[in-house]
Amino acid sequence: MSGARHLYVHLPFCAHRCGYCDFVTVTGRSGQHGAYVDALLRELELERIALAPRVETVFLGGGTPTLTEPAELARLLAALPPAEEVTVEANPETVTPALAALLREGGVTRVSLGVQSFRPHVLATLERRATPDAVRRAFYALRDACFDNISLDLLYGVPGQTPADLARDLDDALALDPEHLSLYELEAKPGTRFTHTFGDELLRQAEAMEDYFERVVETLTAAGYRWYETANFCRADVGRDLRSRHNLGYWLGRDYLGLGIGAVSTVGATRWRNRPALPRYLAALAEGARPPREVEPLDAETRRRERLLLGLRLDEPTPLAGVEPALDAAALARLERLGLARRTDGAVALTHRGRFVGGAVTADLLA
Amino acid sequence: MDQSQIRNFSIIAHIDHGKSTLADRILQVTGTVSERDMREQLLDTMELERERGITIKAQAVRVAWKGHQLNLIDTPGHVDFTYEVSRSLQACEGAILVVDAAQGIEAQTLANAYLAIENDLEIVPVVNKIDLPQADPDGAAAEVADLIGDDPANVLRISAKTGHGVEAVLDAIVERVPAPAGEPDAPARALIFDSSYDQYRGVVVFVRVVDGAFDTREPLRAMAQGTRFEAEELGFFSPTMRPAKRLTAGEVGYVVTGLKDVSRVRVGDTLTSERRPAAEPLPGYKDVKPMVFAGLFPTDSDDYPELRDALERLKLNDAALFYEPETSQALGFGFRCGFLGLLHMEIVRERLEREFDLDLLVTAPNVAYRVLRPGGEWVEVHNPSELPPERELVEEPYIKASIIVPKEYVGAVMELNNERRGRFDHMEYLSEERVHLTYELPLAEVVLDYYDQLKSRTRGYASFDYDLAGFREGELVRVDVLVAGEPVDALSLIIHRDAAYARGKALVERLKEEIPRQYFDVPIQAAIGSRIISRETVKARRKDVLAKCYGGDVSRKRKLLEKQKAGKKRMKQVGSVEVPQEAFLAVLNLNDGAGRK
Repeated sequence: MSGARHLYVHLPFCAHRCGYCDFVTVTGRSGQHGAYVDALLRELELERIALAPRVETVFLGGGTPTLTEPAELARLLAALPPAEEVTVEANPETVTPALAALLREGGVTRVSLGVQSFRPHVLATLERRATPDAVRRAFYALRDACFDNISLDLLYGVPGQTPADLARDLDDALALDPEHLSLYELEAKPGTRFTHTFGDELLRQAEAMEDYFERVVETLTAAGYRWYETANFCRADVGRDLRSRHNLGYWLGRDYLGLGIGAVSTVGATRWRNRPALPRYLAALAEGARPPREVEPLDAETRRRERLLLGLRLDEPTPLAGVEPALDAAALARLERLGLARRTDGAVALTHRGRFVGGAVTADLLA
Repeated sequence: MDQSQIRNFSIIAHIDHGKSTLADRILQVTGTVSERDMREQLLDTMELERERGITIKAQAVRVAWKGHQLNLIDTPGHVDFTYEVSRSLQACEGAILVVDAAQGIEAQTLANAYLAIENDLEIVPVVNKIDLPQADPDGAAAEVADLIGDDPANVLRISAKTGHGVEAVLDAIVERVPAPAGEPDAPARALIFDSSYDQYRGVVVFVRVVDGAFDTREPLRAMAQGTRFEAEELGFFSPTMRPAKRLTAGEVGYVVTGLKDVSRVRVGDTLTSERRPAAEPLPGYKDVKPMVFAGLFPTDSDDYPELRDALERLKLNDAALFYEPETSQALGFGFRCGFLGLLHMEIVRERLEREFDLDLLVTAPNVAYRVLRPGGEWVEVHNPSELPPERELVEEPYIKASIIVPKEYVGAVMELNNERRGRFDHMEYLSEERVHLTYELPLAEVVLDYYDQLKSRTRGYASFDYDLAGFREGELVRVDVLVAGEPVDALSLIIHRDAAYARGKALVERLKEEIPRQYFDVPIQAAIGSRIISRETVKARRKDVLAKCYGGDVSRKRKLLEKQKAGKKRMKQVGSVEVPQEAFLAVLNLNDGAGRK
């Protein structure tokens, strides 16, 4: 095993927990940023053996990584292994010219902006603090700092969002000419405050999701973007491969190491997830011990199944070599007849139409 | 025993009027069973019967009363078993007609009384439950007396529960019921009025010896079917099996045949001796034919062998049960089963589910149809999907329905019967309050939810009984249900032309709700032949993706997809459409009037 070439670092701090969010986040602990970065770096040392000598990608996700105390963020970036692609997730309201410069100096090559929407009423529903203008300011601050790989995250299916709102969001996003776009349907988790508040409206939005999804893919591909993963698009007309290399690592079923609370690692036949409690994480690493974790053994068959189900999210075919036992051949033949999947040169992929129902098709294809 | 000392009788009654309680009390009063051994409703041996308050398999018990031999022959208590009842009655010279003092005459009281009269039985009318606070013994006695043309003074008033008046009933049997009048010296003849299967001894038949006598170890023959066997053992029940050396004219008892198949000695057949055979069998043998059919499929196709074994075992004890393998592309491998009627079907189904622990999917019941094909050949059709497209005419079975109802519900009953293509026959006031209606109805209309409808529209006051009244031509069509152009065989039905459109529409609408969206538009149609009478479309699913999937949630997403896959595996394929089994169940329930019990 040559080790993981993809490193994820979780920075959980947020100014405020948004109603729809189900990530591992921590609010109001600004005094602990230093201790947390210390702990991350200790965990990195403990797990360095799992990393390849050369790391390809680093991804700082959150939470709101850019809310971390600037000095601590800079210290973390400096201490992380160098990589060809270093991505940081940022909330627009945190991005100032100073922060953009800090990221640049810290070796960050790519920024993923959590925009969600350009419509004030949609942002209000999501409890996002950024205004549409703040989004644009953040974007230009990053451009001014010479970031040539910026991604925007947008959400659709938000309560109160109309088809026209979505169309205008897409227009506004395209007007900024970002290298990359991620379009997510709002997933309302049962039992959350958000679902409770917007239950009926969420049901109406669920009915409209089919139209939204088709509209998103049509609009973005017409604007020259490549629909390279179920929810991800990149510019295809600029002579560079602008896909997220880090996330491609996940979708190709590669090993990855995750640091920080709630972070997941998959290395060889083991997957582990750090428990989400901050104090216990800090305490364990302060003593030089591994933080509390849930461990899931992964047999070869499971990894094959995962490679298949992840690979089928991509527009590029997944080579059959190595996943064939996980594939239901009869189902594949049937789905080929229905024009939903195709087999080419020892590889399998979903057709354009198949990708819209990729979940169901993948469920069918799994042996 | 000398025939003059023998009395053979049955007890006939509407359900719950106290037949079994009276039988129990007779066993006690005559000292046949002691108080201590008395088990509630001794004659009802099967658990199911006790729960339903009915008796499926008749038995005969010999009791002694004041120097006489009394044989109490138990009769099945439901309309589906009319033929068995009639054979049991033929074995008797008399019948106790029991009427509940609070309820008065009910439909089965009538049906049974008519059967008894047809069989020339001496009827001993009894009003039971006179100890109940709401009892009206005089009113009930007047109704019974009127029914059988007797003097109300001759109607005995008893309480089988307390035992009051039971001795008088026994005295009345000795006094009023004639002794058997067969020829003791003629070649032996005995009527088979019931049979049952014992796993150790094989088929045991219950017989009434009419002429001559039968001895143990004697070679015997069932005359109508020609089955030969040796009487391994003879005897009578009192109340348990008592072997005897011989059974003589007028006596009632059992014969252990050693046969392994109940269908080889049918109820109604005549036993005779091979050594000195009778020239003629006793009259009245009929080969009973199933009239109601349904497909039985295991919910889990792996249970098919268990279902086959269970049907084989039920058949051992139930000569009227018919089954043959059936393959449905929608429901898989199962059996098309034939029943005497709906109750018979329910009993078989419940026994399969309860005694054999099977989970069953039962198609909507249909009746037997007679079809005249071009060229003059008649065929019988038991399954709607087998109705030949080329046909001159179709005949369906009719019944003569007898309904007794308080007068305020007459309108409701007439309305129901009109909806069900009934033809009014006769109406008669039994008393100022109660009306007896007779109608002719297609059996097909009765198997679909009729009984539940009758009960609900009369608030449970109607009582119902029927007799088959032969086949009649009907304007019948076959409605097929097509999913994406493929006929779903299990959902085909034969129905009157006038009702075809409404039912086709209801089926299609229901199925639309139940079939999940597929990768393509799925038309759901109801058709008569090539003519589409109703159509709905399940629109294609245009989106089904897991919104996002990154390193942190691969395990969860994998489990979601595996769950989705498992759900798909449980679906049945109709052509290229995946249909959950629940969809068939929902539609079958619609046919069935939402799961009658």
